[in-house]
Formats: sequence, structure tokens, C-alpha cells
Amino acid sequence: MLETSVHVEHLTKRFGETLALDNISFEVGKGELFGFIGPDGAGKTTLFRILTTLLLADSGTCTVVNFDVVREYRKIRNISGYMPGKFSLYQDLTVEENLSFFATIFGTTIHENYDMVKDIYQQIEPFKNRKAGKLSGGMKQKLALSCAMIHKPEVLFLDEPTTGVDAVSRLEFWEMLKRLKAAGITILVSTPYMEEASLCDRVALMQAGRIMTISTPQEVIRNYPLSLLSVKSGDIYHLLAELRKYPGVHSVYAFGQSAHVAFRDRNIEKETLAGFLIKNNHKSVGISPVEATIEDCFMELMTTPALNGE
Amino acid sequence: MQETAENIIIVKDLVKKFGSFVANDHLTFEVKKGEIFGFLGANGAGKTTAIKILCGLSYPTSGELSVAGFDIYTRREKVKQNIGYMSQKFSLYDDLTVYENIRFYGGIYGLPKKVIDSRANDLMQRLGFESSRNKLIRDIPLGWKQKLAFSVAILHNPKIVFLDEPTGGVDPITRRQFWDMIYEASHDGITVFVTTHYMDEAEYCDRVSIMVEGRIAALDTPDHLKKQFDAPSMNEVFIKLARA
Repeated sequence: MLETSVHVEHLTKRFGETLALDNISFEVGKGELFGFIGPDGAGKTTLFRILTTLLLADSGTCTVVNFDVVREYRKIRNISGYMPGKFSLYQDLTVEENLSFFATIFGTTIHENYDMVKDIYQQIEPFKNRKAGKLSGGMKQKLALSCAMIHKPEVLFLDEPTTGVDAVSRLEFWEMLKRLKAAGITILVSTPYMEEASLCDRVALMQAGRIMTISTPQEVIRNYPLSLLSVKSGDIYHLLAELRKYPGVHSVYAFGQSAHVAFRDRNIEKETLAGFLIKNNHKSVGISPVEATIEDCFMELMTTPALNGE
Repeated sequence: MQETAENIIIVKDLVKKFGSFVANDHLTFEVKKGEIFGFLGANGAGKTTAIKILCGLSYPTSGELSVAGFDIYTRREKVKQNIGYMSQKFSLYDDLTVYENIRFYGGIYGLPKKVIDSRANDLMQRLGFESSRNKLIRDIPLGWKQKLAFSVAILHNPKIVFLDEPTGGVDPITRRQFWDMIYEASHDGITVFVTTHYMDEAEYCDRVSIMVEGRIAALDTPDHLKKQFDAPSMNEVFIKLARA
């Protein structure tokens, strides 16, 4: 195993009656690009706030580069970069003023560490005199990442950096992360977009305070326990309803213009299913086996009762 | 099926300028009654500007627009009465209960109390919310909030409902249940005008327009767009267009 960068054991955090994190354990290796995939309420932000020493856990231990999040929090703050989910830069300072502010806080200058942020910062440098509040979503995201990196952190915590950002900016953002990873930085990133899982080395799929599985994205897909068909017809609305009535069906979910239909039985006859749909007035029916996506896996794990005790 | 051919939104040469910046650059399109119309575009492409104008919240610089059969310059109040609106950011009051939110929105749209109560009961039963009737919005899960927000947005049976990134942040199962509700509304004849960053959701739409830098760069059914741009998914269509 790689050298460990982040180590979390039996972490629990409650807010009143809500169990935000429920006995979570995992390790992230040095230089790894590790993704936390899950919807709002999964516990991603709470986890990141604990790891960045901004919030205390109820129980459990966490270390970041061997420093304890409680006893050695100051050291962690010096070696980690944090990009919160909510845009937290100063809207009434310019792009350059924001970056310079963060550099100063960490006792450095833009000039001294320019190499570190150059790749990303250059893209917004033409607008360096614009107020941060006047930037587009994609540009704000680049500035926030530059500010999180200006002190040359060893570990980056990026909380939903791509939420609400369009598909093109998202793609560009992940390309930047790949280059940072190549520079040896450990990256923990959270996202509600399931398809972004495939861009990580390993992922934790999270839901309601629990980690449902931790693995490489390829392994998550290999472990999908059902046999899956992609079914198409002219009328997706009635197709979904009809498929749910078909004998032996485990689940039916819409995926774009087709439906993913899961069976426990590995030997489902496509012809019989096609006959059933045609009999129910579906036209231009198409059925083909399909590999599960991370989203199929996520939905299956969500509806599988959690195993108690690990 | 003659009704479905009726255009419920007609936009001709819509231009909106902020100073020298052209946010909407001669937009022309129509939306048919009962259609699910996807309105996509990169951040800053001009979607929000156009939606505000269509909802009667902002005047265009020039162009001809009719929404739900009413002229957007002279009959803005009629437009507002005939549309519903839901966004991810703002929809329900956190410190009001489920029932109070329904009553509040019903009141704003001028529904009589009797009608509000019967629709509220019907709605809570359909969503399985009966036991949460008196819970504060802040205490119910996000997925419930979004389903409730959608139901409230169509409480007054509008002709069109505008959904601005309605599914952000929810889990994939709730997201699909939300789309089941959209299909149902569309089957009931409500026109759905929706923006999203989830490209698989673009494929659930009858037709999709993609805005790039203030203009409509493409508008067609998802199938035709995929063929036209020789792409296997709407995600790739979007990336090809927005990067061009």
C-alpha cells in the first residue's frame, strides 16, 4: 500500500437528532485522487469540515499527513488547501486581491508560489482586476482553486467544486485535477454527479451519513450483482410503468431515452420481454445487455439494507 | 391531438442588452403546448436572462414574445397568473409548515380557501406527506422539499411551469421520481420549460435548445441532435457545441 495521507477511523458526528456521519472509516494514499460520491445530506461537507479542522467530531480519530485533527490542527491548516462548497471568497475584492490575501495569510506571495497556481490562474489572469463577485461560475471555481493552492498544500479538500457548473467547465475542472495529481498532490473531492466517479482513482459512495462502498470505480461496477438490460421504445413514460409489471424484474430506472432494467436471474430471454412490450403496444422496441454505470450501482446500494457491524 | 400543435410560447428576435453586453442575441423559438422543453447552455450563456423575461420579471430590449397566449409587454400580470416557477435555490419558506406553504402559494394565486384545502389534501396524499402536514419545511428531507416545491408550483393549474435546475443535489432515485412527476404534469397538458446541468435529463425532454454566448446554437429533439452532431449522448452534443 501507498504511504497514507488521510486516515479516518470510526468517525461519528451528530447534529441534534440527525446522524450526519455514522461510524465512517477509510484511508487515502499519498498522491491519490479520491472521490466522495453522494447527494446532499450524505455527510460529505461534514466530513470535509472535520478533516480541515473546522468542526469537531463526536467520536473517532482522523489524521491528515500523520497530524491529528484535534491536537495538531494548526499543522494541518498549513499543509492543506480547502475549497468549500459555497463560494467563500471576498466578492468585493478583485481576483488578484483575493489571491494575494490568501498568499499573505500563509506567509507567502503570489510571486513566490506562482508556479503552483500558474496553470489555473493564467486562465483568469486577464480578469485579475475584476471583482470576484462579478465572475462567472466557471471563473469563480478557478479562482477558488487557485486560492486553495497558493500556499503549496500537500493535501487538497475540494467540496463539490463542480456543483451547478456546466458540463464543459466540469470537464475542464477534472482535467486540472489530473494535472495536480500528476504533481503529487493528494486530492479528496466530493461530487453529487455520479459519472464523475470514473475520473477518480478510488471512490466512496455515500448516502445518509454512511459509506456504502469504497473501491476503484471499475471494481464498483464489477461488483454490481444484477443482470442489466437497456430497453428502448417510442414512449418512455409508459415503458417504465409497463416494465415494472414484468415478472422477475428487480428494478427499472430511466437512463436518458432508455430504461435500465435489472434482473436477479442471469438468463432473461430478450425475445420474451420484447414480445411482452410489443403486445402492450410499444413500437420500435430495442433491447440490449448493458454494463452497469456508477449510478446503477449507487441506486442498487441505496436500496440494499445496510449490513450491521463491519 | 390538434391542441398539441398549439404554440404556448412564441419568441421572435428576442434581444436583451445590459449596457454594451448582449445577453440574448436574437433568440427565436416556439414551445408547443404540453411539451417538455429543455433549455440548456453553459454558465453565463444567457439562460437566466431569457427565463426572467419569459416569466414577466424583466423587459426585453427588443423582440416579440407571447407566453401562455399573452403579450409580454402589455399583459405581464396575465402571464404571471398563468405560469408556475420553481428553482433549486428558492421555492419554499423554511420556517413555515408544509401546509402553510401550500396555503401561502394558493393564496398568492388567488385560489379560494376551499379549493386550497382540497388541493392540499389531495397533494399530500399523492406525495405520502400526510403525517408531515404540520412539520416545518426545514425539518423535511431535501428530496421531499423538491417534490413539494414542484407540486406547489403547479397548484394553480398553470399553462406552463418553469423549472430552473430543479434536481440539483438530490439522490439519483429521487431525481428519477421527480422526473416521473414532470412526465405526469406534461401528460395533464402542462407545458414544462426546464433547465438542468444533468445531461441525461436533457434526453428526457421532447425538444432541447442549447444556448452558447447569448444565441441558440441548436434546437431539436435529443435524437436528431445526437445524429446531427454525430455524438452518442447529449453530454457530448453539449460539449461539442459549447467548446466550438
